[in-house]
Amino acid sequence: MFKSIKTILAAGVVIAATGAAHAEGVKVGMITTLSGGGSGLGIDVRDGFMLAVKQSGRDDIEVVIEDDQRKPDVAVQLADKMIQSDQVDILTGIIWSNLAMAVVPAAVNQGKIYLSPNAGPSQLAGQGCNPNYFNVAWQNDNLHEAAGGYATSAGYERSFILAPNYPAGQDALTGYKRYFKGELAGEVYTKLGQTDYAAEIAQIRASDADSVFFFLPGGMGIAFMKQFADSGIDLPVVGPAFSFDQGILQAVGDAALGVKNTSQWSKDIDNPANKAFVESFEAEYGRLPSLYASQGFDTANLMISAMEKADIGDLDAFRAALKEADFDSVRGDFAFASNNHPIQDIYVREVIKEGDVLTNKIVSVGLEDHSNAYVDQCGM
Amino acid sequence: MSVSLFAEQLLNGLQFGIMLFLMSAGLTLVFGVMGLINLAHGSFYMVGAFACAAMASALGSFWLGLAASLATAAIAGVLVETIIVRRLYHRDHLDQVLATFALILVFSEGTRWLFGSFPIFLNIPDILSGTIDLPFGIAYSKYRLFIIAVGILIAGGLYFLIAKTRLGVQIRAGEADREMISALGVNIARLNTIVFGLGAALAGFAGAMVGAIQSVEVGMGEPILILAFVVIVIGGIGSIKGAFLASILVGLGDTLGRLFLPGFFGFFLEPSSATSVGSALASMLIYLLMAVVLFFRPGGLFGKAA
Repeated sequence: MFKSIKTILAAGVVIAATGAAHAEGVKVGMITTLSGGGSGLGIDVRDGFMLAVKQSGRDDIEVVIEDDQRKPDVAVQLADKMIQSDQVDILTGIIWSNLAMAVVPAAVNQGKIYLSPNAGPSQLAGQGCNPNYFNVAWQNDNLHEAAGGYATSAGYERSFILAPNYPAGQDALTGYKRYFKGELAGEVYTKLGQTDYAAEIAQIRASDADSVFFFLPGGMGIAFMKQFADSGIDLPVVGPAFSFDQGILQAVGDAALGVKNTSQWSKDIDNPANKAFVESFEAEYGRLPSLYASQGFDTANLMISAMEKADIGDLDAFRAALKEADFDSVRGDFAFASNNHPIQDIYVREVIKEGDVLTNKIVSVGLEDHSNAYVDQCGM
Repeated sequence: MSVSLFAEQLLNGLQFGIMLFLMSAGLTLVFGVMGLINLAHGSFYMVGAFACAAMASALGSFWLGLAASLATAAIAGVLVETIIVRRLYHRDHLDQVLATFALILVFSEGTRWLFGSFPIFLNIPDILSGTIDLPFGIAYSKYRLFIIAVGILIAGGLYFLIAKTRLGVQIRAGEADREMISALGVNIARLNTIVFGLGAALAGFAGAMVGAIQSVEVGMGEPILILAFVVIVIGGIGSIKGAFLASILVGLGDTLGRLFLPGFFGFFLEPSSATSVGSALASMLIYLLMAVVLFFRPGGLFGKAA
């Protein structure tokens, strides 16, 4: 009996000691996709995050980076390892919503802060919201809501919509339908990671659609755009920025020219923080930043702003400091709604050519100070 | 459902099946002749696509790119066989899986080191872009028709090679009894290298052809590799004829499943859940097909009796 109490006490002392050992600094665990399909997204988030850490000049931030290979089981193992043996204070980095659903609920329930640089599944914005979970990118529906709004304002009446069959894909179509006032000419869920869209394109051709909306991030979008352009179907395409970001536009080629897409960030947003970010990112890595890079950059800057106000050892104070979102976001105004998801402008962009390089230009503001539809379902 | 939509989907299924055949032909030969499980077969697919994209952007010709994809993948295949894979024939399947899985990682990281992690550009040649009008009012992609035609030519060529030539006789004999044909004076080591190189070249060629309408990126070979394994299991391991039939079956099954299943569930479910249940089942369809085939014919359609 005494022995076991002693052991517990000893264990308590050890835990307290390790807690004190990095009380002044923050240890961050980054789980992101660095290999295989979709690795471009994770690499951009990582590079954006590390650029902000470097620019802050702080030497008290330690970042442990691991590759989840876009596999939920690998992500869960990495999270366990980071929480138990690396003893990180903050987790971040996950790109894909199905991975986020596997990792985030367990991590925040163990008292870790999770800062999402990308995935924002509706489940974590509504009933599954948590004071330890902050999304620094968007709630999944957001960009698609703006796309639906744009399609309505452009006078489209019958959209054919498609997305992969996983949490973010379902959120995408829900978001589009929430703001699109016309009818649907068709609604298709594809397999995640699918690369051939001939069957879906044939269905679009056979339907009476007057516009196409698709959410196919990464390589899936490249494949779809190339095949759609080659099919000779002459319908306007609307989509979120994920299939038209800087990392993949060059691979899509001229097929993407003129396509309208929605984004909370663009490299031509006019504010000093963004100008400095685009310049320094290009100087550091030799390529233009994508929206994923901007999200990684903002995530790190949010964390650093909180570190300046509070100590990670005092979780309540640190959370309060995070919630103030007192940092210069590269997308301009940024605030957290009560469910810890962003309130921000969402822009409509058009794919253009600057010399030989395909890139995006803002054409209008799609939704101003846009929050999300799940605030009321969250009990915070 | 109009006739033209259905006919177009049949062509799409055929085209998908033909591409699967180019992948699985090499895989099934290697398994049949050498008894080797080659997980790195998808890497040759990727190597071919990158070689084609690099050559096409350097020289401005898709056709030279295609030639480069064949050559590069064949060379990669011959090197891998002579340096590494040759040592694995007498090991058990677990060792082979481990070693060839390691090769996937080596190829992926090597490609990333050379080309970076972002997808690269490869487009179809101008002469094949756009659509062509077929009977029944179908406007079908010229490039996809080209894939079908080339694939059928290659399938015919392979059939000729296996059935009519001396090399083909040796390959078939190798499948039946390796020791005996080496006792009869056939250079089995050289035969292995040729078969492995041929399989790799076909995979690389498939990668280049598909790369032009999909995305050329690191890791593109693994999803198709899984399908190729399904194909060779359904077709019967070692059988080119089986691989061809199974490829077409899987291609058509997958494409038509994606078309019909969501609509089928629409009869008794509300639209949104019908789409998601239907699409989920459609992506499982080929595995169900595999299970059914294995239940009735455990050795596959054209396999030896198990």
